[in-house]
Amino acid sequence: MSAPAAAAPHAAARPRRGKPYPWLEPGVLVGGLGPLVSLAQRAFQGTLGADPIAQALNELGLVALVFLVASLACTPAKILFGWTWPLRIRRMLGVYAALYASLHVLTYTVLDQGLDWAAIVKDVLERKFIYVGAATFTLLLPLALTSTNGAVRRLGFARWKRLHRLAYAAGVLGVLHFYLRVKRDVAEPQAYAIALATLLFVRIAIALRDRAEAQRSPIK
Amino acid sequence: MDELGPAPPSSEITSERHYLRRREFLRNAGLFTATAATVAGGLRFLTSGRRVTDRKGKDAAAPTALDVAKRLEEAGGEEPTPERDVTTYNNFYEFGTDKSDPAAYAAQTLRPRPWTVTIAGEVEKPGEVDVDQLLRWFPLEERVYRMRCVEAWSMVIPWVGFPLGDLLRRVGPTSRAKYVQMTTLLDPEQMPEQSGRVLDWPYVEGLRIDEAMHPLTLLAVGLYGKTLPAQNGAPLRLVVPWKYGFKGVKSIVEIRLTETEPRTTWSLAASNEYGFYANVNPAVDHPRWSQATERRIGDLRRRPTLPFNGYGEQVASLYGGMDLRRLF
Repeated sequence: MSAPAAAAPHAAARPRRGKPYPWLEPGVLVGGLGPLVSLAQRAFQGTLGADPIAQALNELGLVALVFLVASLACTPAKILFGWTWPLRIRRMLGVYAALYASLHVLTYTVLDQGLDWAAIVKDVLERKFIYVGAATFTLLLPLALTSTNGAVRRLGFARWKRLHRLAYAAGVLGVLHFYLRVKRDVAEPQAYAIALATLLFVRIAIALRDRAEAQRSPIK
Repeated sequence: MDELGPAPPSSEITSERHYLRRREFLRNAGLFTATAATVAGGLRFLTSGRRVTDRKGKDAAAPTALDVAKRLEEAGGEEPTPERDVTTYNNFYEFGTDKSDPAAYAAQTLRPRPWTVTIAGEVEKPGEVDVDQLLRWFPLEERVYRMRCVEAWSMVIPWVGFPLGDLLRRVGPTSRAKYVQMTTLLDPEQMPEQSGRVLDWPYVEGLRIDEAMHPLTLLAVGLYGKTLPAQNGAPLRLVVPWKYGFKGVKSIVEIRLTETEPRTTWSLAASNEYGFYANVNPAVDHPRWSQATERRIGDLRRRPTLPFNGYGEQVASLYGGMDLRRLF
């Protein structure tokens, strides 16, 4: 009786085994604000270059694309490497993608076009790359709005999951938007296209394998 | 006990639980900082392009002052764009496709002196001429022009140079000379991005002979009273203020008069987007963006783009009877 009693305080003082990497979410949360802080700082100092609006527009759009592709990489990373930590930041990456995409769209509509709606509508309808960009943003918005736990409950997980597959469509459109925009040097959009195609390939390959296994399985 | 001073109140004593976890806490704080820095740094690396580096020394040829004989203001009295913007925001793909690349790299590798320009083709007096000799042939003028980029931004730039027409009259075009073709240096050692295949090198541009002879058409050797910085096309470049900026071929090594229309770089790269004439025209949109408005560098709001970039009175007569929607 006395031995366990003596051991108890020691056991209680041992570090509790919480979830691994407790610094992960706060680290990504704070790091994700980096581009915004950097832009604000350079805008304030006047060091965004000769065309600061174009610079901000391009950076915000590209940051959104990076977050979108990163959020799409989480599930394949879990499947391929067995890591669970990417799933913990997947939602945050997706919401960041939507946040930066919103700032990108606001920069275009408010700062670049000066809220000239006639010009904006004309741009969206006549310019393929702006049309594709608008479509991308239209897809991202419902995903951001249904990113809460409550939304998953209300929709039901199966429906929520189906809805959030649109993230891949948004990724494809986002890369296309980038590709159509550049004047000549397509190396960078191509790199994103390859990354996205790889992720999509992994998902499809896994889905096909799972389906084949399900058909072979005796439980119907 | 007295030697140690008063004992701390018990409320300030770290609890045993936290005391035992102090290493873990410090490690987590460190990893949190590292994660945040990695995410922020990675995003910056991927998205913000290369920084404009302040260039100091080591330039093959730092700009020197030029003697200007006369001045001509052709920008409606508008204040010129700050020199810093003119010399750090450039399209010069031979040094990279980012606007800040030419300012960061061109001066390190381009050697604008000595520099020979070849005059060739349909001329009475073909030959080679050193650029400094060229500068002595003609009195230098300052010309303040608007510059409208095909990407829908614009500047006002005080160029220094001489009319291309003066040079052409001196070398004497033959009766067969209908066009002027101008070519940029081809030398991947001086222009490192020519090793890549973003465009077909060397960069070639051209004008119809009457456009080339027009008094507004300038061969520029300087800006803001000094020789051209490398990133602006040292030592010699073309300036045609009523055309989109890409017509302004930089670092010219050959001027060739031809009977047939030169095959120009951008029109070969994307013939549906960039024509031979490339006159500034708000009514003919680029297939991917509108040319109706532009942003003057330094302005917040866009402004309407003017036909022929506002030089219509002087140059519209060159294009009488031409369908400028088709011949864009």
